[in-house]
Amino acid sequence: MPAMTMTEKILARHADKASVEPGDNIWVDTDILMTHDVCGPGTIGVFKHHFGNGAKVWDREKVVIIPDHYIFTEDKMANRNVDTLRQFVKEQNLPYYYDVGTDKYKGVCHIALPEEGHTRPGEVLFGTDSHTCTAGAFGEFATGIGNTDAGFVLGTGKLWLKVPPTMRFVFHGDLPPYLMAKDLILAVIGDIGCDGATYKAMEFDGDGVFALNIEERMTLCNMVIEAGGKNGVIAPDQVTLDYVNARNKSKKPYQVVNSDAGAKFCFEKVYDVSKLEPVIAKPHSPDNKATVSEVKGTKLDRAYIGSCTGGKMTDFRAAARILNGHSVKIDTFIVPATSEIAKGLKLESINGQTLEQIFLAAGAKIGEPSCAACLGGPSDTFGRLNTPISCISTTNRNFPGRMGHKEAKVFLASPLTVAASALAGTIADPRDCLQ
Amino acid sequence: MQTTITGKAYVLGDNVDTDQIIPAQYLTYNPSLPEEYKMFGKYALSSVPPAQSGLPKGHVPFHTKDEFLSDYQIIIGGKNFGCGSSREHAPIALDAAGIKCVVAEFYARIFFRNSVNGGYVIPFETPDRLCEQICTGDELNLDVAAGLLTNVTTGEKWKLKPLGEVTPIIDAGGIFSYAKKVGMLKQ
Repeated sequence: MPAMTMTEKILARHADKASVEPGDNIWVDTDILMTHDVCGPGTIGVFKHHFGNGAKVWDREKVVIIPDHYIFTEDKMANRNVDTLRQFVKEQNLPYYYDVGTDKYKGVCHIALPEEGHTRPGEVLFGTDSHTCTAGAFGEFATGIGNTDAGFVLGTGKLWLKVPPTMRFVFHGDLPPYLMAKDLILAVIGDIGCDGATYKAMEFDGDGVFALNIEERMTLCNMVIEAGGKNGVIAPDQVTLDYVNARNKSKKPYQVVNSDAGAKFCFEKVYDVSKLEPVIAKPHSPDNKATVSEVKGTKLDRAYIGSCTGGKMTDFRAAARILNGHSVKIDTFIVPATSEIAKGLKLESINGQTLEQIFLAAGAKIGEPSCAACLGGPSDTFGRLNTPISCISTTNRNFPGRMGHKEAKVFLASPLTVAASALAGTIADPRDCLQ
Repeated sequence: MQTTITGKAYVLGDNVDTDQIIPAQYLTYNPSLPEEYKMFGKYALSSVPPAQSGLPKGHVPFHTKDEFLSDYQIIIGGKNFGCGSSREHAPIALDAAGIKCVVAEFYARIFFRNSVNGGYVIPFETPDRLCEQICTGDELNLDVAAGLLTNVTTGEKWKLKPLGEVTPIIDAGGIFSYAKKVGMLKQ
């Protein structure tokens, strides 16, 4: 059998083939299909249209529905969409639904999936959201799809895919305390461009990756889509397995898959992380890279810390290190990705102060767990840029209009850089705050 | 598949992402409901920066005569058209606005899949940088079988890339019709 990358091996196994090659078109079996309030109603519509109003989903244990986008809003249509999900869950008697207004409510789907034990090595996960690639951090094939594809999966459990060639990114060295996974992935996207991985898998490897905790690995995989990547993936190690085994739903068995020795990569780039600098993506593209030192002093109106890529415990811990005992100079919004993280802000402390107390004492505002202003949303969304202001954010996209107003300027950076900038009111270097 | 596509060109640049094609605030409409589907046409391309809207001049509105339908029928784009969010509402918005096809240098993969699998707009690829050669408002004629694009306004002609392996899905009208045709789904 030819040597394969882990992406190729996972896809081959799910297509019931001994081997596959990049470029092969195959039908694969789905382990988990995830949808949310923005694409769920359309997906359900496609499913009912093609399979009939009384049709049942292919496997109710494999469907996960997580409302997260437009939750804390008065918008009637947005609330109607959550009702559509609720109705469908009832009709289908789906076990994995994290409803708004109940103690099951989670928040951002990409973080809720692993927290609730729906991510496992070796599996195939499809989600109606481009950041579904986040779950590659658990050693699985995970990618975003549209409503039609998701409707097809709901009825059949299958989807056709073209096997992507794999690019390999190797990180060596010790990550300095002023850098985070966000700096690494922004550096990669800046280097290869926002189309540099189009149709390709991005595998992250090296001691610099395996030294990262699971949340930081999720940040790396989350943003492969910002380079056009089909999926991001990291081989599972003990850190992965400890996380997965502690949460795995119904103790479902899984198989760890690694790239073979001699597997072919279509591209390879090696980074020494000890030599990198804090990185920022300037408006209006995630590949518009600058070092923080190059744009230091740029005036800002707002800081935002949240989202699937920048609203995890590791992100808030980092921000709190900088904000502790200081006051922000600009409006600063804190949005925990999930309810579990929101609880964590109340439980975890630094020198006797909880993270929540640190943020409130610094003058930041804390919102409810959801996608919130990462993608703009209805006009009453917490933190939304309703006017053409400048914002520094830990989120993953800064396209025109992404966070609301189409003339607003969004700078993407690590939670350390965003927190340092919130204190200065201008783009600031975390190295100046971490003495 | 249609044999000929004709219409007026609306020209955009590189990296037109799906937030520009349909901003997130309009994703509350449900595309499976016909009366809401047409709303995506109304807001199609509403977050493209004015200077990039309708090249080469820019500042060209996508709609003037009709609230829902665009004055244009063919989008010409540059590189990486449809990048970003996986929202299927993006090709839906173009379809609802009356766009028949997009001709770009290459596509972000989820937009490409959604366009093909949902049967909304045909995503043609061009080896030429047409977004710098065609002007918004030019009358175009596309011979689909021959892959030949003619600028009726100027007389210029370009050969597009073959649609390749997705042709049977486009021919069938989307992934469901294709799966029925090949026996994967019951008729």
